[in-house]
Amino acid sequence: MVERRPFVAFLTHLVLVLGVIAIALPIWITFVAASHNEVRMAQVPLPLWPGDQLWVNLKTTLFGGGLSGTEIAPVWLMLLNSLAMAMMISVGKISISLLSAFAIVYFKFPFRMACFWLIFITLMLPVEVRILPTFEVVARLGMLNSYWGLSIPLIASATATFMFRQVFLTIPDEMLESARIDGAGPMRFFWDILLPLSRTNIAALFVILFIYGWNQYLWPLLITTDPSMTTIVISIKQMLEAAEQSPQWNIIMMTALLAMLPPILVVISMQKLFVQGLTETDK
Amino acid sequence: MAGINLVDLTKSYGDTRVLHHIEGAIDDGEFIVIVGPSGCGKSTLLRMIAGLETVTSGEVFIGERKVNDLEPAHRDIAMVFQNYALYPHMSVAQNMAYGLKIRKLPKPEIDRRVREAADILEIGEYLDRKPRQLSGGQRQRVAMGRAIVRDPQVFLFDEPLSNLDAKLRVQMRLEIRKLQQRLGVTSIYVTHDQVEAMTLGDRLMVLNGGYVEQFGTPVELYQRPASVFVAGFIGSPAMNFMTVTAANGTLTLANGAIIACPVSYSGEALLGVRPENLTADADGPMRLVVEMVEQLGANTLVHGRLEGMDSELVASLPGIANVDPGAVLGFSAPGDALHLFDTQMQKRLEP
Repeated sequence: MVERRPFVAFLTHLVLVLGVIAIALPIWITFVAASHNEVRMAQVPLPLWPGDQLWVNLKTTLFGGGLSGTEIAPVWLMLLNSLAMAMMISVGKISISLLSAFAIVYFKFPFRMACFWLIFITLMLPVEVRILPTFEVVARLGMLNSYWGLSIPLIASATATFMFRQVFLTIPDEMLESARIDGAGPMRFFWDILLPLSRTNIAALFVILFIYGWNQYLWPLLITTDPSMTTIVISIKQMLEAAEQSPQWNIIMMTALLAMLPPILVVISMQKLFVQGLTETDK
Repeated sequence: MAGINLVDLTKSYGDTRVLHHIEGAIDDGEFIVIVGPSGCGKSTLLRMIAGLETVTSGEVFIGERKVNDLEPAHRDIAMVFQNYALYPHMSVAQNMAYGLKIRKLPKPEIDRRVREAADILEIGEYLDRKPRQLSGGQRQRVAMGRAIVRDPQVFLFDEPLSNLDAKLRVQMRLEIRKLQQRLGVTSIYVTHDQVEAMTLGDRLMVLNGGYVEQFGTPVELYQRPASVFVAGFIGSPAMNFMTVTAANGTLTLANGAIIACPVSYSGEALLGVRPENLTADADGPMRLVVEMVEQLGANTLVHGRLEGMDSELVASLPGIANVDPGAVLGFSAPGDALHLFDTQMQKRLEP
C-alpha cells in the first residue's frame, strides 16, 4: 500500500488503536486488580490505576497457599505442574513426530503410505472426541494424578509429523547420498544432518506446542483430583468456585498474570527462530 | 589406486530396461568420461558404480573387489554431485572432515588432510565459512575438497560443472583435469557436454538409449565414429549426412554427383562429412546452394542445401570468406574424411 490519503490513514490507525485497546485492556485490568488489596477489589467502582499491593499479592499467591481457607496447593507448585506438562507434551510430540516423519520419508517398508495416512487421520480424533476411552486407558494404567497421565495421551501429533515430513521432503536427495558415501548410517544422518537442518522448524513447533500444552484445560481437569497435581489454568477456575464469600480478585488476577507469563517468555525468547521456521523454505 | 571393471551390467526399473549390457575395463589412473544426451542412462551408470543404485544384473569390480553388494561408504570412492550437496549447517572444514570423522580418524590426521586439500584447491581462507557464504565456483572446490580428503580409489563426478557460468566452467574444467593428473586417481565423469567430454577424458564412453555406442579415445571417436549417433554427437558443428548409393567403388548422390568410395560396399548407405573437412573446390562433386552465412572470425560457416537435393549441408571455411546467399559453391573432401554408415544398422562401414 503506497496510498497517501489522510482519511484512509486515519481510519486504518483508528482500527489499529481499537484493536490494541481490545486486546490490552483486559490485561491491564488484570494487572491493576493484582496490585490492590482484597478490600479495595470488593468496592465499586473498580480501580483503573495500579495500587501498592503487587509484591504482597505476589508473595501470598506464590507461597501462601493461594486462597485463605481452602485446600488448594500453592501456586508455585501449580506453575511447576503446568511447566512439566507443557514441556513433556511439546518435547514428546516433537521427538515422536521427528522419528515418524524420518521413517516415512527415508525408509522403504511395506504399507509405508498406509502408515502415513493412518497417522494423518488421527487429526480427526483430538482428545475431546476420544475422551472416554482415553480416560479408561489412563485409569487402568494407573496414571491418574501423574505427569505421565497428563502428557502421554496428548503426545501423538499428526500435524507435527506432517510438517516434518514436508520439511524432510525439501532436503535434496543428494544430501542423503552424500552422507551415505561419507559413511553415515541412518541414525547418524538423522542426528548430524536432519536435526540441524530442521532446527528452525523444531523451534517454531516448540512454541506452538508449548502454548498448546500450557493451555490444556479439559484433560487435566478430568484426570487430576489430587490438589498437588493441579495445573495453573485449572486452578484459576477452582479459585473462583472455592471462595466461600466473594472471590478474592487480587489473588485470582495475580494467578492469571503468572499463568500468562511462561508462554510469553517462550514466544519472546524464540521469536526469531519461530519466524524463520514458518517462513524459511531455503535449505 | 585401482581400475574399474564393468561386466555385462544392466539396470531395469520394473519392466523398463534403462541400461543394456554395459561392458568396460577402466585402467588404474584413467580419466573416463561418460557422455550422452539426457535420459541416456549415464547418471544411472555412475550411481551404480557409486552404489547409490542397485545392480539388476552383471558385476562391478573396483580393483580386484566385486562391489555389487557393498554400501557406498565401503567402496572406497568419493563423489562430486551436480548441486554439490554440501551440508549447509557445517563450515567448509567440517564439510570436508565429516567423512573422516565418521571413519574415526585421529583429529590431527583429519586436520592435516583438510589443510592439505584446502591448499591444493586454494580454499584455505574459507575454511570457517558456511557453504551459503561461498560463490558457485568456491562451493564446487569445497565439493572436490571433500572428495580429495577421503583419499579414495575412485573419483566419481556427476555433471559437476553444469551449475556454473560458461567462463568458470572452462576454468574449472582445466583445474579438474590438472588435479586428476596430479593425484592420479581413477576418475569417472558424467556430462552431456561433448566439448567437456573431449577435453577431459582419456577415453570417452558414448551412451545412447542405454547402449554403449562407442568407447574410445577422443581422437578415435572424432576420426572413426562407430555409428551415426557418435558421428553426429561428437564435433561441432555437427557432421553432415547424405544418402548415397554405393556401387563399383563410387558413391552416387541423389542429384547424380559422383564421389570416390573409400570402402568396398554396394547398396544404399549414409555418407557423413564433417564441415571442417569440406574444402572449396570449384570442380568438387558436392555443390552447395548457399542459404545463410555465419561469420565466426576464425572460420566462416556456410549453410545451404546440395544442389537439386533436399539434404542440408554445412561447410566450414577457414578465416573470413565473403559468400553471398544464393551463390553455388563446389566442395570436395579427402577420402579419409568420408565416413560411410549402414542405413539400417546405423553402424560404420569399414573397408
